[in-house]
This record gives sequence, C-alpha cells and structure tokens, in this order.
Amino acid sequence: MTDTRYLAPQTLDEAVGAFAAAAGAARILAGGTDLLVQMRAGLLRPGLIIDIKKIEEMTAIVEEPDGGFRVGAAVSGAALAEHPRFGQVWPGVLEAVNLIGSTQVQGRASPGGNLCNASPAGDSVPAMIAAGAVVTVQGPNGRRQMPVEAVPAGPGRTNLTPGEILVSFALPARPKGSGDAYLRMIPRTEMDIAVVGVGVSLTIQGGTVTAARVGLGAVAPTVLLVADAADALIGSKLDDAALEAAAAACRAACRPIDDKRGTIVYRTKVAGVLLKRTVAIAAERAGRA
Amino acid sequence: MNVISNKWIGQRTIRPDGADKVTGRAAYGADTVMPGMIWARVLRSPHAHARILRIDTSKAEALPGVKAVMTAKDVVEFPLDKSVMLGIQDMRWMCRNVMAREKALFHGHPVAAVAATTEAIAAEACALIEVEYEVLPWVIEIEDAIKPDAPILHDFIKLDGKPSNIAGKLEHKLGDVDAGFAQADVVIEREFKTRPVHQGYIESHACLVSVSPDGKATIWSSSQGQFMVRAMSAYLTGIPQSDIRAIPAEIGGGFGGKTIIYLEPLALILARKSGRPVKMIMSREEVFRASGPTSGSMSKVKIGATKDGKIVAAQGTFYLQAGALPGSPIRGAAGCAFAPYDIPNVHSLGFDVVSNRSKVAAYRAPGAPIGAYAVECVVDEIAEALKMDPLELRLKNAAKQGTKAAHGPVYPRIGFVETIEAALAHPHYKAPLGKHQGRGVASGFWFNAGGESSAQVNVTEDGNVVVTTGHPDIGGSRASTANITAELLGIDYKRVSVLIGDTATIGYSNLTGGSRVTFASAMVVTQSTEKVITTLRERAAKIWKIDPEAVTWDDGEARPAGDNAGKFPALTLAEIAAKASETGGPIGAGVQLNTAGAEGGFATHVCDVEVDLDLGIVRVLRYTSFQDVGRAIHPSYVEGQMQGGAAQGIGWALSEEYIYDKKGRVDNASFLDYRMPVCSDLPMLDTVIIEVPNPKHPQGVRGVGEVPLVPPLAAVSNAVYNALGRRFYSLPMSPPRVLEVLEGA
Ligand SMILES: Cc1cc2nc3c(=O)[nH]c(=O)nc-3n(C[C@H](O)[C@H](O)[C@H](O)COP(=O)(O)OP(=O)(O)OC[C@H]3O[C@@H](n4cnc5c(N)ncnc54)[C@H](O)[C@@H]3O)c2cc1C
Repeated sequence: MTDTRYLAPQTLDEAVGAFAAAAGAARILAGGTDLLVQMRAGLLRPGLIIDIKKIEEMTAIVEEPDGGFRVGAAVSGAALAEHPRFGQVWPGVLEAVNLIGSTQVQGRASPGGNLCNASPAGDSVPAMIAAGAVVTVQGPNGRRQMPVEAVPAGPGRTNLTPGEILVSFALPARPKGSGDAYLRMIPRTEMDIAVVGVGVSLTIQGGTVTAARVGLGAVAPTVLLVADAADALIGSKLDDAALEAAAAACRAACRPIDDKRGTIVYRTKVAGVLLKRTVAIAAERAGRA
Repeated sequence: MNVISNKWIGQRTIRPDGADKVTGRAAYGADTVMPGMIWARVLRSPHAHARILRIDTSKAEALPGVKAVMTAKDVVEFPLDKSVMLGIQDMRWMCRNVMAREKALFHGHPVAAVAATTEAIAAEACALIEVEYEVLPWVIEIEDAIKPDAPILHDFIKLDGKPSNIAGKLEHKLGDVDAGFAQADVVIEREFKTRPVHQGYIESHACLVSVSPDGKATIWSSSQGQFMVRAMSAYLTGIPQSDIRAIPAEIGGGFGGKTIIYLEPLALILARKSGRPVKMIMSREEVFRASGPTSGSMSKVKIGATKDGKIVAAQGTFYLQAGALPGSPIRGAAGCAFAPYDIPNVHSLGFDVVSNRSKVAAYRAPGAPIGAYAVECVVDEIAEALKMDPLELRLKNAAKQGTKAAHGPVYPRIGFVETIEAALAHPHYKAPLGKHQGRGVASGFWFNAGGESSAQVNVTEDGNVVVTTGHPDIGGSRASTANITAELLGIDYKRVSVLIGDTATIGYSNLTGGSRVTFASAMVVTQSTEKVITTLRERAAKIWKIDPEAVTWDDGEARPAGDNAGKFPALTLAEIAAKASETGGPIGAGVQLNTAGAEGGFATHVCDVEVDLDLGIVRVLRYTSFQDVGRAIHPSYVEGQMQGGAAQGIGWALSEEYIYDKKGRVDNASFLDYRMPVCSDLPMLDTVIIEVPNPKHPQGVRGVGEVPLVPPLAAVSNAVYNALGRRFYSLPMSPPRVLEVLEGA
C-alpha cells in the first residue's frame, strides 16, 4: 500500500516547486470533485496531493481597470455566482460554470479543475472558449499565457508541461452590445453529463454581428473552437441562412464517438440545434446589454 | 368486517421511524460495527462466460492482513438435477449465483472473496488470486439466446430434448382464441421490446456477520426479509437455522431487489473461517453489475375486438430475460397482462430465457409492467382503430366481480371500473394540450399476496403498547400498524410503539414483497389486538367481579356493558395495566397466520408529455394515478407508493436501460450513465386514492405497492404517440431513439 501525502502551500512558487519535484507522482487539488472521485474509483493513486486553495491568486476574482476579469483557477462555482459583477458581464460563462454538478458540488468545483480534468464534456470549457479567455500557467520555467482552447490535448490530457499549474483565466473587456450563453444537451434535467455543449459569445452593433466566437463540447476528443461557425455569424443579422450556415459548421466540426451517452448521428444533429438555440439567447442578452 | 371509527385509520400520522431517518440516527445495513471487525471484498469474473479451470488463492492468503479466503468450494452445493425451493428461489441457482461454481456466467459473477483487516488489503488480495478461465462464447440479448446455434449456458436445461437457453414456460388459456379472433372486426398484432432496468435502491447491499466460537451466527443486514436471510444463509452454509440470528437493519430501498441475498453467506463463511466479525458493502458498480435488475423482454401481443368495442380475443407471447440462472417473472408478465379485462378467449404464454447477464431479482410487480406495456399499447391502437376513447374502451371491457381471469380466479368485488371512471371524470383528462404535447392512458393489475406473518402485541406496565412484527418496513408499514392498533384499542397513536423483530424475537414472517405486508400484518396485528382487548375485558371483569361478557371495550377503556352489568366507573388501559400482576399476569398476545384473501389491485394512469422535436427529449408534464387500494390505512404512504411507481415507470419508459459493451460487460454501471429520473425531471405526480374495500380483510386492505409500476410504460408510450403520431415499440424512448424515429418519418 502506498500512502498519499497532502500539501497545502501558501504561495504559488512553493506549489510549483513541490509539484515539479514530485516528478509526475503529484496531483493538483482544486475542488477535488474530479480528483477525489477518480482516486476513490481506483483510477489514480497520487503519492502527493497539492491543494492550491490556500494560494490567494488561485481563489481571487478581479475586475481589471479596463473592464476585463481575472478569475483564479480554483475559484468555486458558488464564489463566482456570488460576485456582484461577473455574472452581469459574462452570464454565459457563469451559467456554464454553475451547471457543474449540484449545489454541493458548486461549493467546490472550479473552472480550473474543469479545464485541467480535460474531459471533452466539461461544461465551462466551451463557454470559456467562446469568451476568448486566455489562461496564465506557471511552471518551473516561469509564467506563460495560452488561449483556453490550447489547454486540452485529448480526453484526460492537457498541454501543460510537467510541473506547470494553471493560475487564472483572463476574460477580455466587453464592448457594448455583447452577450454570451451556454447550453448543453443532457438526457436528464440535471446531475448529468453533456452529450453536446455549445458556448456562444456575440457582439452586435446596429443589428449586425461584429464579433462572434463559438465553443463546442462533447463532440470530439477536446472541446473545439469552431471558427467557421463564428465566421458564418459575423457580418450577418442572424438571419436563417446565417444561422443554418453556423449550425452546419458546428455539425461539420463534430468528430464524435458512438457511446452509451449518444450516437454519432445524434450528437452531430444536436450540435446544430444547440448552436441556433444558444445564439438566440446570446443575441437576446447582447440586445439588453 | 370491523366497524371502523376512523379515528386513526386513514390519518396521516407521523411515521415512527421518521425522526431517526431525518436526523441520521437510523442504522442501515452498513451502519453496524463490532470490535475486531474485518472487511471483505469479492473477486468477480472478468468474462461474460467462462469455465473455471483452476483457482489458486495461495498468494492472497499469504498477504499480510488477510484473515480468510473463500471460493465456491466453501458454499454448500445443490446438485443440478434436484430442485430445492425456498419460496420462489431455487437453491440450485442461489448457490451458483452467490459464488460461481463450474462456470462464471456473467461479467461480475463472484469467483472468490477475501476478508482482511482493511478493505484495501482485501481488494489487493483479490487481485492476487489466480483464476484460470476457459473463455466461452457468450450471449446477452433474448433474440440471440433463443437462436438455434446460440451459445448454451447450461447443458442440463433442455427444450424438446435439446440443450436450450429457454429454461421455462408458463401458459394460461381461456376459451378458444381462434374462434374469438374469427368474431373480431379489428385485430391488431404488435411486437415490443423492453430493456432490463434496475430497482435502483439508494442503499447498496451491506452486511455484518459475527460467528461465535460455538458456531452461533448473527447477521445484521438490510433486506426485505430477515427470515429469508436466515434461511438462505443456512442453506448455503449448512448451519442450522436455529444457530443463525438475522437482525434486520433499516432498509434504504429494495423494490424487490432485496428479496434474495448476495453477501450474507460469503461474510458468514469468512467470519467462520477467520473467527472475526466480517463486514461487506457492495459498491454501486457491483450493485449494477451483479445484483438483480428486472428482465428485459421481447413480446408479441394480438388483440381482436368487435366494431362496438368488445374485446373478444387476446393472445400474448412474452420472452423474459432470467439472467444467467433460471427464474424470470414470466408469471407476472403472462398472468397480469390481460387480467384487467373481461375477455372470453385468452392465450398467454411466457418463456424464461437465460443469457450471460446478472440473475434478475424481483422488481415491483415482477413481470407485470412488461406484459401491460405490450397489451396496453395494443388496446390503445384498438381504440384508435374503432375511433373510441381509450378509457371508454377500457371501461367497456373492464373486469368486474364475477369475471373469470385467464390466470385462474373468478374475481370477487374489485375496483377496476372505479379507477377508469375516476380518470374519465378527472379534470386532468379534459385539460387542453399544447403543441407537441400528447396524452396517454394505461391500466394495470397485480395479484397481491398474503402468506405468513407474525405479530406480538404487548401492554406495558404503564399502560402503553408495543407491537412487534416480522417485516422490514420499506413503505411505512410501522405507521400503518400503529394506526390500526391505536384504532382498535381506542388509544392515542403516540402510545403505540411498533418494532420489527429479528428472527430470534418474533415468529416467522415472509418477505416484505408482493404488496403483502400491510395486508398481512394488519391481519395478525388485528387478531392479536383483539385478543388483548378480550384479556383487558376479562381483567376489568375480574376487578369488578362480573362476567367478562358484561364488559365492553370502548374508546380505550373498559365499561360495564349496560345497567344490568352494574354501575362501575370505567377502567382505562393504564389502570388495568397497573393491576395486571394481581389480575392474572402480563397482558399481551401474539398471532401467527398464513394469511389469505389478498385480492387483486388495479390502477389506471393518465400521462401528458411534451416532446422537443429537435432534441428528441420527452418530458412528462402531468401525471395522475388512479388506484383502488381497498382501504388507505395511512394515505401518505399509499400516495408515496403510487408516486414512486409512477416515477420508476417513467424512468423505465424514457431513460433507464442496461447498456452492454462488445465484450458482454455492463457499460453503464453507475448512476451517472444508468439514467434514473431525478426530481427535476418529473412533475408533481398526482394521485387519486380509490377505496373499494377488500371484503376478505378486516380493514378492507388490498396491496398497494406493486400496481403503481404496471401502467406507466404504456401510459407514457401512448402519450408520446398522441404527441407525435408515431408509435414506439421499444423502450426506453431515449432522445437518440426518438430522433431516429422522427427522422425516419
Ligand atoms: C456529482 C458530480 C457532478 C458533476 N457534474 C458535472 C457537470 O455537470 N459538468 C461538468 O463539466 N463536470 C461535472 N463534474 C465534474 C467536476 O465537478 C468538474 O470537472 C469540476 O469543474 C472540477 O473542478 P475541481 O475544482 O473539483 O477539480 P479537481 O478535482 O480538484 O481537479 C480536476 C483535475 O484537474 C487538475 N487540476 C485542478 N486544478 C488545476 C490547476 N490549477 N492546475 C493544474 N491542474 C489542475 C487536478 O489535478 C485534477 O486532475 C461533476 C462531478 C461530480 C462529482
């Protein structure tokens, strides 16, 4: 029997040092709603657990002077929901984060854990991609930035290098007329896993879409940024032809598997349906903004 | 029948077990601990079908911390050629189900078990056990298992002289179906499929077993019958029943799934070998892989009716999965299918089919939902073909007092007609429907059951009452028992304590199952209480020095029967109890009966759904159950049964199913991917209690717990048809399947 050690450093440098020194035997613990479940199921048996919740930067939510947001990787869904401003500016990201699990899970689950767990079905990831979030990571060789969509490498794998820890998400300032939304298809109404998830962020000026991003989850080994869908929307007035073109782009981007949670045919069809429904909500929010 | 004053019967009293359950004090199967206790884990077959050539446990035994290891050779073997029945369970199959013997018959079938100082060491030791398998071809689905060239699970099972996976057959015949169909103006024949579904109890199987040095065993476990636990454990270990004491824990759901055992004999054998108390808890994954779901099915139903809506003939063939060992509920499917209707010509046929899946266990109204699904969908089509309202068609053909049912009985007074009339008159049935919404109806029947029960009613020295019965309380039976006792004695409900005895403290009582407990325990409790009342009258008579016949028991006190009896101030229960020792000793009575007269239960359900045409999601918008319960002793728990059945049926219809991978393994052995509805998936499930008293029961009780699961599969299915204009002949109607059918339109 191997024992598991637990470490809760106060600083990021300490955490990175311990993480790098453990050379693969360590795991980062944010909310633990994936990690502990996987350990209990016998899938993982780390020699060292590094809890990052004691590090201030990891749990901070900062509204930048330019109107952007910096969200610590280990911020819980509940903490994000309680922030007075975040949900007004990024309602789609917030609803995606808040869809994770139940009230109990929300007290722990973090967007950083959701991203680093690298499930293709992670709910916050398509919304973060749509938002154009950029993450900061820190490792033995210092800090670097990368777009959210560059983090997942495949189911359960990320592009973080050994010893690197995800620190925060930076969400850009919002021009007037912007709105975002996230929808997922689950067979039940809650406590389920996305069969397809779609995040959309739009900026609409004078009735015309001037900026758009689309994130698509659970239809490929990683969550996808669907540039073709965004392109179909940009410049349009969200007429039926533009929506159908964007839906078709989502369907075309799908590389799903047939599994117990959904068939290829089903997932592909639903990707298009959800794109249209998500755009409608984001556009409505953009109009109100 | 008693004259019922209705002071307590029919009241929504606080359940005696409520406070413990909401505060976490209630002790469930996994909650008992003992000093020196060790933990056991089960090694399970990684193959769907394999001959076991050799098991070497030596490395596991050598691991520090391991206290005992067992395999099938430690379990009493019941030879294949001789049936040994315990209730409806054949010990030949039980001994092979708890531990694989000649062959591993499904993925997850136990092959060995280890007890060690920690669960982790036990699991590590399991991994050290070497098992040499000869992997065999396997078969999962019914259609494959009944093919002539299918892999055969058991050579000794023969059909027409040849080895077969069809292990049993049951047939009901009434009249002449060919002649019946010849009179019909409309004949509709359809084929249906359902998937196995799990009972989905939240509490997984768990037990603690201690064996004393003189060989006496105590079992704490969660089950639907402590006497079943005792008897099966005795059979499988060779220990006499008198040396086993089975103590029932609170039960966190059973729904039929805990009418057999899995862990208790293993823990008993390991405890005997190690000399230590042994605890076992199944993981959720093990529950899904290796404990009984109910059968998947394949059926064909043909119904013929005249133009004026009289059903003249009906024929049904129902193939049910038994799992790896014989014993699927074909009696429920073939027997209940046509039972709600007065049909002169019926032929109903059930086949028991084995395949490489875990052995099925009972699930509320075992088999009946499967039969009703097919029949009630075809009845819906007949109504449509005849342009008749589906409830009016049912009303026209409804079984009544005097109807001869194909499964045997001539019905006494039953309340089926009343359920249909109530549904027809209910606002739900007339409420407008929106776009992509539909309404469906269906009815259902369950036999109900009597059988053995024991009760003891004791008056305490301070004049209160303790009632002990032998039935684990799943659905609120303690509250019902207290209501009845308080009513008969004329005392406050709070003065009655109801307990569940263990196998050493109360007489034999059959399982909590088949909707029998409130029916049967009410009978033994009533008779015991009546005996107590007789004693109380005698004691008062003694105090007053008059004839016992001259004493009445009213409103909780003894009174002189009239002026002729003499003038005495009434004596309360407490006053008589205080004088018990001077007047003849302790006051109490016990009754044991093999109860009979549990007449059938009927229900009619109305369901509204809405379909999201683009995503294929079916949502239930409104649901109302109408059920004849005979007499609702405690309406809240009657409603709870009705709502629970509807919820489980909706899950069966829309989302629940076992999914197997290409290697014959369950691929969705978790609550995440085995999709039972959650609260937010369902609307408030409305209930309408109908009381047509059972003339053969002191309070008029009929069984309540099974019927609610019989109609929902068809009610939902008929509603989906009404919304979409497309029929589904296979369950579940999950989103991908709904879209598939819609796209195929
Ligand atoms: C009951 C239940 C329901 C759930 N429902 C959903 C759902 O609806 N949608 C959904 O998407 N998910 C769901 N999940 C999964 C899980 O809750 C989410 O993925 C959650 O966001 C994980 O966050 P966490 O903080 O708990 O991560 P943790 O479990 O702490 O970490 C997850 C993984 O990421 C790594 N990690 C965490 N933080 C960092 C970091 N800063 N840097 C590097 N690596 C890191 C960990 O080592 C681990 O491998 C559910 C889980 C449960 C138990």
